[in-house]
Amino acid sequence: MKPEIITGAEIVIRSLQKESVDFVFGYPGGAVLNIYDAIFKQKYFKHVLVRHEQAAVHAADAFSRATGKVGVALVTSGPGATNAVTGIATAYMDSIPMVIISGQVPTHAIGEDAFQECDTVGITRPCVKHNFLVKDVNKIASTIKKAFYIASSGRPGPVLVDIPKDITAEEAEFIYPDSVALRSYTPVTKGHLGQIKKALDLLLKAKRPMVYSGGGVVLGNAAESLKNLIDTLGFPITNTLMGLGGFPASDEKFLGMLGMHGTYEANMAMQDCDVLLAVGARFDDRVIGNPDHFLSKPRKIIHIDIDPASISKRVKIDVPIVGDVKSVLDDMLESYGDLKKDHNKDLIKPWMAQIKEWASEDCMAFEDDGSFIKPQKVIQTLHKVTNGEAFITSDVGQHQMWAAQYYPFDKPRRWINSGGLGTMGVGLPYAMGCQLAFPDSQVACVTGEASIQMCIQELSTCKQFHLPIKIINLNNRYMGMVRQWQEFFYGNRYAESYMDALPDFVKLAEAYGHVGMKIEKSSDIEPALKEAFSEKLKEKLVFMDFITDQTENVFPMIPNGKGLSEMILAGDS
Amino acid sequence: MENESGALSRVSGLFSARGYNIESLTVAPTEDPTLSRMTIVTSGSDAVIEQIIKQLNKLIDVVRVLDLNDGKHIERELMLVKVKASNQYQDEMKRISDIFRGRIIDVSDNTFTIEVTGSSSKLDAYLESLDSESIIETVRTGALGIGRGDRILKA
Repeated sequence: MKPEIITGAEIVIRSLQKESVDFVFGYPGGAVLNIYDAIFKQKYFKHVLVRHEQAAVHAADAFSRATGKVGVALVTSGPGATNAVTGIATAYMDSIPMVIISGQVPTHAIGEDAFQECDTVGITRPCVKHNFLVKDVNKIASTIKKAFYIASSGRPGPVLVDIPKDITAEEAEFIYPDSVALRSYTPVTKGHLGQIKKALDLLLKAKRPMVYSGGGVVLGNAAESLKNLIDTLGFPITNTLMGLGGFPASDEKFLGMLGMHGTYEANMAMQDCDVLLAVGARFDDRVIGNPDHFLSKPRKIIHIDIDPASISKRVKIDVPIVGDVKSVLDDMLESYGDLKKDHNKDLIKPWMAQIKEWASEDCMAFEDDGSFIKPQKVIQTLHKVTNGEAFITSDVGQHQMWAAQYYPFDKPRRWINSGGLGTMGVGLPYAMGCQLAFPDSQVACVTGEASIQMCIQELSTCKQFHLPIKIINLNNRYMGMVRQWQEFFYGNRYAESYMDALPDFVKLAEAYGHVGMKIEKSSDIEPALKEAFSEKLKEKLVFMDFITDQTENVFPMIPNGKGLSEMILAGDS
Repeated sequence: MENESGALSRVSGLFSARGYNIESLTVAPTEDPTLSRMTIVTSGSDAVIEQIIKQLNKLIDVVRVLDLNDGKHIERELMLVKVKASNQYQDEMKRISDIFRGRIIDVSDNTFTIEVTGSSSKLDAYLESLDSESIIETVRTGALGIGRGDRILKA
């Protein structure tokens, strides 16, 4: 059969169909009008019109985080592309597989400072896994194929395809390649068996073993494999912010999150262990604090990661294992079978007792006399009301940490937040991506009055697409995390961190056609949340404005530049 | 690396974004026109060099990375030097250039242009041996290198 001859714009659409794309998040403009005309005539995927390109990329990013599929965003040239940059950088820092298609001015106009022209490939180069400028209509299909392959293989990441307008109007045969082979890109998947055995040998001899897993377990769909291995070994485990849900929080071996706002027991165990198994994590500054302090205690470190560049980047690794996390964990469990007879599980008993003692500090306890709404209590109640089953998205700041600390996740891909770049404003578009992917699931966006205003315009998108998101706005009238640092480290000088002239969020929600609620009493937390998640409001977006204690801080906290065992706890003055 | 537009800026961008030094960088297509070969001279601790190699390998356009310092290799740099060629300098120029196996490749009433190749340190030594007053202009390629014998870098 002879291939069809269709326009470049139609090739874009058909290529997305070949990649089984369900949703394209985007915003039209001059340079992508041919593509939008082709979208008008197709029924392969649904286009979600956002109100700002940044939100298109965030929503596509969350769609990917929640489903594991490649997220797709479509933006126009110039400001469309520059508005997308924050979203792309956010996805890049958290290794999210995405394809972003941007329009470009016609090829003959490139370099002439044309209307809505910018060097999109140049601007995005440092924050994409790879990018392409397509200058030939015959190469659109093969380039999109490569983009999806690169985005979703190896350590995932966003890939941008920039397509000039004239190329989308030209015609060519549509031939979509079945596979891609790139001589310069061959990601490793299987881990080295010798290294895996060496690692197991160390682990089984450990007196104080500790496991620390990160976003790689979630992205690599390795949660089940990790659970099997940890259940077999009986070792304590902690998750990074990005790794939450990668191991069930309700399991007794789980010590909570580690890092700057991690639990006392998780951080102490990280610091004092004699053998550390790191799985799909990268020893970043918010996780281990000061690397010199971390290395001041001798321990052997085993590191499993798909990205060789993550190994020995901040901390020297003793046993590196490069490979797909799931495949390595499965191989490790299989190798354990041969060594099982030598495994003395009593060896770690004193260590487990020590951890239990640390846990008895009860570092997450907070004072609540009922006179103010405590943000921690709102999250705990949210967990109760949603049975711990909701998709929780967050913005960035104190509320993000409280959500991470007080909403225990038992499943991966339920906790959706910007861990690496720390982008305020992601919460609402993230919730949109989750709700579209899972229309029948509960989706809550935990946010603050500062973050939510960074992408507030998306309340309009939520109305258009009937997205019944529940917005949990922890409103303390401060940029809370900024205020906390100013209180601790800047002598209570609250420079520009006070949120003056806030809108009436209830009226704002109503103006967009949603339901607004203002909750000012601690005793109203549970009834209000129950109402918001009730059958009656099932179809509605509910904006819940919780007026919280202004002075509440996030504890424990490791001050910047300090070590894991140098935490400030809630009781410290 | 792939001989694609933008490949060079991916490499140079990586160095500036991650704060690595580039002392010199040379690049040109190879006998296979779809591939370019780049020689980069950089500096850093073993850990930094290890990271540079890993980060370069991550770039999609980079096919292979080889640290020439891991084994025996040959290094060459080309320099063109324009010097004053007035009578007082002429014999001296000729003599020094001979010592460094330089070739005079252009002559005018007032100038000589000399081509010198060798390691970067040899070129430095050549420049130091000239009277600094006599140097009008210099242009250097930066080092390029190749492994000795069977040490081969191929796609």
